[in-house]
Amino acid sequence: MASIVAESISGARPNLEVFSATLQQLAATDRDIVVVTSDSRGSGKLVPFGKRFPQQIVEIGIAEQNLVGVSAGLASAGKKTFAVSPACFLTARALEQIKNDVAYSDNPVRLIGISAGVSYGALGSTHHSLHDFAALRAINNLIVAAPADNFETEQAIKQAAAANHPIYLRFGKKNMPLLTTDPDNDFQFGKGRVIVKGRDLTFIATGETVHPALDAAQQLRETHGIESTVISMHTIKPLDTDLLQTTAGNTGAIITVEEHSVFGGLGEACASYLLQNGYTKPFRIVGIPDEYTVTGSQTEIFRHYGISKDGLTATALKLLR
Amino acid sequence: MTEKELAQKSNRYRQNILKYIVKANAGHTGGSLSCIDILNVLYNDIMNVGPANFKSPDRDRYIQSKGHCVEALFVVLADKGFFPESDLDTLCRYRSHYIGHPTKKVNGVEQNTGALGHGLPIAVGTALAGKMDQKDFRVFTLMGDGELPEGSNWEAALTAAHYKLDNLCAVIDKNSLQITGPTAEVCNTDPVDQKFESFGWAVAHIDGHDLNALKTAFAGLPFQKGKPSLIIAHTVKGKGISFMENVLSWHHGVPDKEQYELALKELGV
Repeated sequence: MASIVAESISGARPNLEVFSATLQQLAATDRDIVVVTSDSRGSGKLVPFGKRFPQQIVEIGIAEQNLVGVSAGLASAGKKTFAVSPACFLTARALEQIKNDVAYSDNPVRLIGISAGVSYGALGSTHHSLHDFAALRAINNLIVAAPADNFETEQAIKQAAAANHPIYLRFGKKNMPLLTTDPDNDFQFGKGRVIVKGRDLTFIATGETVHPALDAAQQLRETHGIESTVISMHTIKPLDTDLLQTTAGNTGAIITVEEHSVFGGLGEACASYLLQNGYTKPFRIVGIPDEYTVTGSQTEIFRHYGISKDGLTATALKLLR
Repeated sequence: MTEKELAQKSNRYRQNILKYIVKANAGHTGGSLSCIDILNVLYNDIMNVGPANFKSPDRDRYIQSKGHCVEALFVVLADKGFFPESDLDTLCRYRSHYIGHPTKKVNGVEQNTGALGHGLPIAVGTALAGKMDQKDFRVFTLMGDGELPEGSNWEAALTAAHYKLDNLCAVIDKNSLQITGPTAEVCNTDPVDQKFESFGWAVAHIDGHDLNALKTAFAGLPFQKGKPSLIIAHTVKGKGISFMENVLSWHHGVPDKEQYELALKELGV
């Protein structure tokens, strides 16, 4: 049986690197592309951008509120502004600037949360962003998305640059092989991507958790004969409710997976829609529980909380029992 | 515009501020009266902005950081022809865009403000864009002295000097009173001039009700090439109405019928 996990192309890169490369590509022909950083060009893989386009990068220093406020001003004057800062700081310290200066004032800043979720692993909770989906979902006029692989990242950056709309994108640091090589499986904000199809169970995952969901789907098929659908729900808001509706009718159970608190993220967004639209089959939210987060690397934290091939397989078997 | 014409406008603006605050039964009376002369001179004598060029990328920008004194802004924008003055009859009414803080739903408003400490960072970004594009427009922001403890102001003050934004002018409406009491007692920010100077700004003090002094100060911008400019406008909260001047309760006090009539009388109506 053919693998349902797309072959890991050699040269799979962290989404952050793809983000930086894509921005350079855009900036080469568009002088209005401006990157704003808070001493974060190194961690944002933007050193090459800064060297190549010194007139199109604005260094703010470590001051995230100002980063977002200044970015709003730049955007208001026509700059296609990408405000880049670790997701943990960008979406907590500068939350009011995101709410008022970007979303409410409708200044089309592209907010880029780098090293998101638990990418910083053992650096601890100060450096984790497990609240960002929840906080930002409640803010009107903001697209919230977490591209999963290098393809989604490149497309997200290009479409964000063209969209002229407030948007938050978050990336991690891991190498992210392509989810699929199907050229017809395109990317659009607000439209989830069905990576594989199966009738028994559906994984709805986002960002760097789509891969473990695909791994689990393969294991469930090979070991237990359970056929799964796997959806990369890169856009948390606006949620692809059409896809949710279709999925709900064609599956035996739904498991959502995210690198985020189980409160207020993808899982609760899906649950809210499904409960209000007649879905009554089994449902589980897998994410980071409401506790003092276990210490370790991103992979160890994922494994600890069941965001892994074996963990998600076990959750699926229990749910379908 | 002559000083006499400006003085007539200031008087008319004060009448209208009170009129619409009374009508809405809400508003920031004291602060609107303290900053109105500044707005008057900016919009009628200094800034290159009006309904005809509001969409132009070359217009001057005004961002009101002390958004709660929106009544001052609304009466000036109405006078400039951004919208019919009668729109202000709906101030703070259900479904009106004319709410208690500036929003871009109202023609002529550059940014949605209201949370304090937001105007200066946005103004810095806008001025920076102007420099990047080698445009001649200038950016003005009006801050209250009570909002200065917000840390974002000082973050932005650093950035403005770092990028040598001499196309930026911040004005502090220093009326020395905030909702709890005298600003010096709530959180003393003086000597605010030295603080900004040490951050790399060029600073001037003026009487914020002296229309001629305001004209002269704004006409002299930038105070120093390569530096952002700060005008510390010494003002009186409730200016123009004797029983409101320097009285804390007029921060957002609304005049009753008798007080309103008395106030209009003082304005020569």
